Amino acid sequence: MSTTLWIILAGAVATYLTRIGGHLVISRFERIHPRVEAGLNAVPAAVLTTLVAPAALSAGPAELAALAVAAIVSLRGGLMTMFLAGAAVLIALRHFIG
Amino acid sequence: MSDRRGEFWQGVRLSVPVVVASAPFAILFGALAIDNGFSVAEATLMSASIYGGASQLVGIELFGQHVAPWLVVLSIFAVNFRHVLYSAAVGKRIDHWPFLKQAIGYFFLVDPQYAEAERKGENGEEVTFAWYMGMALPIYVFWVAESALGAMFGRLIPNPHAIGLDFLLPIYFLGLVMSFRKRPRWLPIVVASAVASMIAYKTVGSPWHVSIGALAGVLFAAAMPVRPEETAASDETVEVVS
Repeated sequence: MSTTLWIILAGAVATYLTRIGGHLVISRFERIHPRVEAGLNAVPAAVLTTLVAPAALSAGPAELAALAVAAIVSLRGGLMTMFLAGAAVLIALRHFIG
Repeated sequence: MSDRRGEFWQGVRLSVPVVVASAPFAILFGALAIDNGFSVAEATLMSASIYGGASQLVGIELFGQHVAPWLVVLSIFAVNFRHVLYSAAVGKRIDHWPFLKQAIGYFFLVDPQYAEAERKGENGEEVTFAWYMGMALPIYVFWVAESALGAMFGRLIPNPHAIGLDFLLPIYFLGLVMSFRKRPRWLPIVVASAVASMIAYKTVGSPWHVSIGALAGVLFAAAMPVRPEETAASDETVEVVS
């Protein structure tokens, strides 16, 4: 079995466990410790930040401008709007400044 | 019977905006998967078996950086970890289904599915299997088909750099980060993760910046003093616990 296939299937099992796991495990507890809950709440933002920050570190002006515009647009618009705005800035600036 | 059919179509109607909004991301996923070394079949299988957009995009991004396989899987798990809270909440609504139907239902528990099921339950309506699958099936079928389509067209793109293909993912991930900004201590958590991941990226090197940065943010959140009003307010995940 190829590595890619292994990653996909293991990822699928891990994902299914998160979808059924809350029902099987978390719902048995009357209360979750507030610190654990605070940590769990932070997981998605913390993980996703690590995928943006280093990319910004090695980015050029076109990429940084795209991130900045996208961040500003996201304060008002939805995910799709911010994504299209960022992509448009990126493509335009790469076209003009290479 | 006709009642069940009505429930099913009510679910289908709710799926429409989700199908429309997720289409570009499914196509993007397919194209980027090819760009990062997946085959069309592998990209399609990933959409069909994992069925979680953000985690799939994280997976192919790290795969393209030649990160250790177990770390790719761990990152997929981490991004999908929020489903644990959805699962605990929706579990109360679908407890009356037969076991097999519950097992099937949990597979399709993506963000919008959770949101609509919670809404229906809170309105005092029964969350039926017909309604649930009426919403789930169109989203799933379109997601998988559009991923395959994106993968097939992804091979035809002559100059991925010119259309920004290599940098679309950081923009998308930034959007997801921003979408959590209502959560308690969001900004300091993001700053902690950003600083830790950048330092790790420069010193220890990729792929460890992902685990180190994420851990920094999570530990920071857990170490902060607990303010009583925060545990009881403002976030969709809280009612799960109380």
